[in-house]
Amino acid sequence: MTEFLGQLLAVTIDTVFDVLPIVLIIFGFQFLVIRKPVPHLKQVVLGFIYVLLGLSFFLVGLEQALFPIGKLMASQLTDPLFIYGSLENVPKFFHWSDYKWVYIFAASIGFSTTIAEPSLLAVAIKAQEVSAGTISVWGLRIAVAIGVAFGIALGTYRIVSGAPLHYYIMAGYVVVIVQTFFAPKMIIALAYDSGGVTTSTVTVPLVTALGLGLASTVPGRSALLDGFGLIAFASLFPIISVMAYAQLSQWWSLRERKKN
Amino acid sequence: MKNSFISIFQSLYQSLRDLYPIILVIGFFQIVVLQQAIPHLLQILSGALFVVVGLSLFVQGLQMGLFPIGESMAYAFARKGSLFWLLIFSFALGFGTTIAEPALIAVADEAADVAAAGGIIVDTYVAKKSYADGLRFTVAFSVGLALIIGVLRILRGWPIQYLIVGGYIGIVIMTAFAPEEIIGIAYDSGGVTTSTITVPLVAALGVGLASSIKGRNPMVDGFGLIAFASLTPMFFVMLYGMLR
Repeated sequence: MTEFLGQLLAVTIDTVFDVLPIVLIIFGFQFLVIRKPVPHLKQVVLGFIYVLLGLSFFLVGLEQALFPIGKLMASQLTDPLFIYGSLENVPKFFHWSDYKWVYIFAASIGFSTTIAEPSLLAVAIKAQEVSAGTISVWGLRIAVAIGVAFGIALGTYRIVSGAPLHYYIMAGYVVVIVQTFFAPKMIIALAYDSGGVTTSTVTVPLVTALGLGLASTVPGRSALLDGFGLIAFASLFPIISVMAYAQLSQWWSLRERKKN
Repeated sequence: MKNSFISIFQSLYQSLRDLYPIILVIGFFQIVVLQQAIPHLLQILSGALFVVVGLSLFVQGLQMGLFPIGESMAYAFARKGSLFWLLIFSFALGFGTTIAEPALIAVADEAADVAAAGGIIVDTYVAKKSYADGLRFTVAFSVGLALIIGVLRILRGWPIQYLIVGGYIGIVIMTAFAPEEIIGIAYDSGGVTTSTITVPLVAALGVGLASSIKGRNPMVDGFGLIAFASLTPMFFVMLYGMLR
């Protein structure tokens, strides 16, 4: 218990410095440029105390739960005993498909967290308004979720196979650029944004831990060189899937109009 | 007082909503696929509780102070005032929110641990702390810069795709020169930066700007700021890796 309190105290001291810049910026601009007193000052100060405490609790919890569980899942799903049933069946060289549960797990985490992401819902509602209903809220959410799921699953495959990350990302960029020429203009900025919006504060550490865990348990991979990159996949593929969805729905509505 | 209790419960509910898909998926895999007991279950459960409580307090605190002030400020700077102050504010907003972004703090620390284990930096608290802080300051600087570019784009009406494609080319060129061990974390830093604090404030800036200029659709032109904020960190983290 005392150990835990000490840890919490140490983290809280660190987070003071993390929150300080934004406090200085907000108050600095308020006093120097806008030159008006801060409205509801008491509430604002209390708010910052909540932010400090919240951030400290979150970081301690992350260290105790999300990082360990991400790494644990990676090591359990790549355990030879789990994959091959018994140690006698372990082959000399593994095949990438031996890790199929890793890919399924990665895709499920990506899909479920994205579908539940509140900021994505807000964006989807806006997008439906802008497009006058061509893009539906559910259509967009599913498009982004499929993008993230496929992205993270492919990212785990890359870690297993050990191919350089930048080949995949560059190929993704080429697809994005080609799609940009053909996608409806109004969706482009939204699609680019959807890449960054989807990965929430809870998902990022878990997925990072999964990648690092995988890279340190799969034979021949190193956490340093192969462990990172899952978030990059999770941010790139929604761009592709959102533009693809917009293209498809445009095509559908054109076809409907031709029919009538 | 009663209201603040209700809103704390609301943010508790929201944080739980963030976490429950993860709990469901991991639970399913543990019980149905792996059929193993989770070691240190108690520690993990209490950690998960901390995550929920921490995130709730954090979001609640933001909504009490930072968000209303920041949003009205972003809106005020976007509607009137000089371009100079608007750009300074945009940079400061991007920088300050990114430094306090919880996911970035966590991932930067993890990156420092991995770098220390891999022998890139010395395995001491001080060396790891300075590596992690260096990463975070680089990312925060990049997000600030991204907001300046994004705001100028909205004001001038530059088409977003040319800037994005230009950014992609820059990243591809940097990748050829950056040390191998920084590439993964650099590519990840783009997606890590934009979550809890940054997105709402940046969105307020974008929508405020686009709605204050005649002939701009706030919905179309307001988007795109996040896109730059997830692109520039990749470039500059690779630069950090080369110069460090």
